[in-house]
Amino acid sequence: MKLITAIIKPHRLDPVREALTGIGVEGLTVTEVRGFGRQKGHTEIYRGAEYTISFVPKIKLEVAVPDKLADGVVTAIEEAAKTGEIGDGKIFVTDLKSAMRIRTGETGDDAL
Amino acid sequence: MLVNAARPAALVALALSALLLAFPAAAAEAKIDGANTGWVMTATALVLFMTVPGLALFYGGLVRAKNVLSVLMHCVAIACLVSVLWLVLVYSLAFGDGGSMNQWIGGLGNAFFAGLGADSIRARTTLPESVFFMFQMTFAIITPALIIGAFVERIRFAAVLLFSALWLILVYAPVAHWVWGGGWLAEMGVKDFAGGLVVHATAGVSALIIALVLGRRRGFPKEMNPPHSPGMTMTGACMLWVGWYGFNAGSALAADGSAGMALLVTHISAATASLTWMAIEWIRGGRPTLIGIVTGTIAGLATITPASGFVGPVGGLVIGFLAGAVCYFAVGLIRVRFKIDDSLDVFAVHGVGGIMGTLLTAVLAAEMFGGMGLGKTSIGEQLWIQFVGVAAVVVWSVVLSFVIIKAVNGIVGLRVSEREETEGLDLTDHGERSYHL
Repeated sequence: MKLITAIIKPHRLDPVREALTGIGVEGLTVTEVRGFGRQKGHTEIYRGAEYTISFVPKIKLEVAVPDKLADGVVTAIEEAAKTGEIGDGKIFVTDLKSAMRIRTGETGDDAL
Repeated sequence: MLVNAARPAALVALALSALLLAFPAAAAEAKIDGANTGWVMTATALVLFMTVPGLALFYGGLVRAKNVLSVLMHCVAIACLVSVLWLVLVYSLAFGDGGSMNQWIGGLGNAFFAGLGADSIRARTTLPESVFFMFQMTFAIITPALIIGAFVERIRFAAVLLFSALWLILVYAPVAHWVWGGGWLAEMGVKDFAGGLVVHATAGVSALIIALVLGRRRGFPKEMNPPHSPGMTMTGACMLWVGWYGFNAGSALAADGSAGMALLVTHISAATASLTWMAIEWIRGGRPTLIGIVTGTIAGLATITPASGFVGPVGGLVIGFLAGAVCYFAVGLIRVRFKIDDSLDVFAVHGVGGIMGTLLTAVLAAEMFGGMGLGKTSIGEQLWIQFVGVAAVVVWSVVLSFVIIKAVNGIVGLRVSEREETEGLDLTDHGERSYHL
């Protein structure tokens, strides 16, 4: 099993969700995060004082998939989340040691 | 002959004069006017609304989320504290008869509303004294509340209470007495219709002193956080705008043409100052912000306050324009150039605005500028009179505020600890969290 974590631009969330459900992903988790990479923050000015906002709002997506789906998921996220501009985000793939569905006790691929 | 024809007329005239001389009180007897009283009672509600919740929301939106409750708390607590002190002591000091000392301060004769009752009429008005008491009280409430802006996010709550109480008694009461209570500035002819000196200059100048003594917030000026809720600030500013109708037009103490004109010039000044501030922000390469435009509104309202009963519509336009422009640059001067952490710009907006408006009154009140006229005084003479008023009020505020701040620091301590400041006053001073998200 693989745990795929993606940081994407907030407005790409819906396209990504649609792309993933389209290839058979049955669940995912979304968190609102802030961060920066090559896309630096911006400056706001209130009453003549400058405030440097270093962090940019992003969405973190986490989805656990069987090994055979992993590459497809990465491609789907990449295509749906890309805008071509700085700040599109990153995708990380990590090995998932175990998974369990709480309600039924199923483990392994059956839990995903 | 003529004498024969004139005699009956002369006799009638003589009789009438005798009657009038015999009953002078009849010609000048104090009466309560229902329309005037109704208006001033309404104005009282409007001005109270300016503090709770107008100013509270205006200031609240400008601070960080972790401190918003502390700001709201300061406003409510000060409103309550001032109300009680007003009855117990301060109304008498400000508006009572000080006898031989009346040039400087009222006496204690009306403490606890002693000597006054439901039927008392305030001298030289057509209002019940209770209504005059209440109307003036709402001014006494908002003035120390304005100062909150200087010490937000790092002040101890006990210090807020103690400072506000002492300041009310030692700064507000005397100045109110000098300008409005029949004191020496009133006798000199200082024109302050609704509080450019009594409210805005005192609060603005005192705020600056506190900001200097208290010291800057941690992270000022390099690592600052923007206002946590510009929407909340706009809501408060709009409440202040509407409430100011009561503040200025109510100060006519009558429902008449002078109140109507005060209403007009107040509003025009607010609108003009808002547009001016917005334009300057925009032209200087920034974007026209909501915080900016509503700050302009408040600057316009503060600056017109002393002039509101004396100038005409064009005067309102001029004052609004100058308010928006001068206060805009004053903010930058204090905060960026001098790096003084008068956190919510009390001095730049209210201090500078109130003082500027007080001086402009001398010029724009003249009939040639559409004003209500200066009587026999020349513009130059009135300008000098206004200047003396400004100087006296500023010096008194500076000196007394400094003394009070130092005393309060010694008694309860002014500033929270570094840890408390980082965690936020809502949690550390009040044990509450503003948003449970």
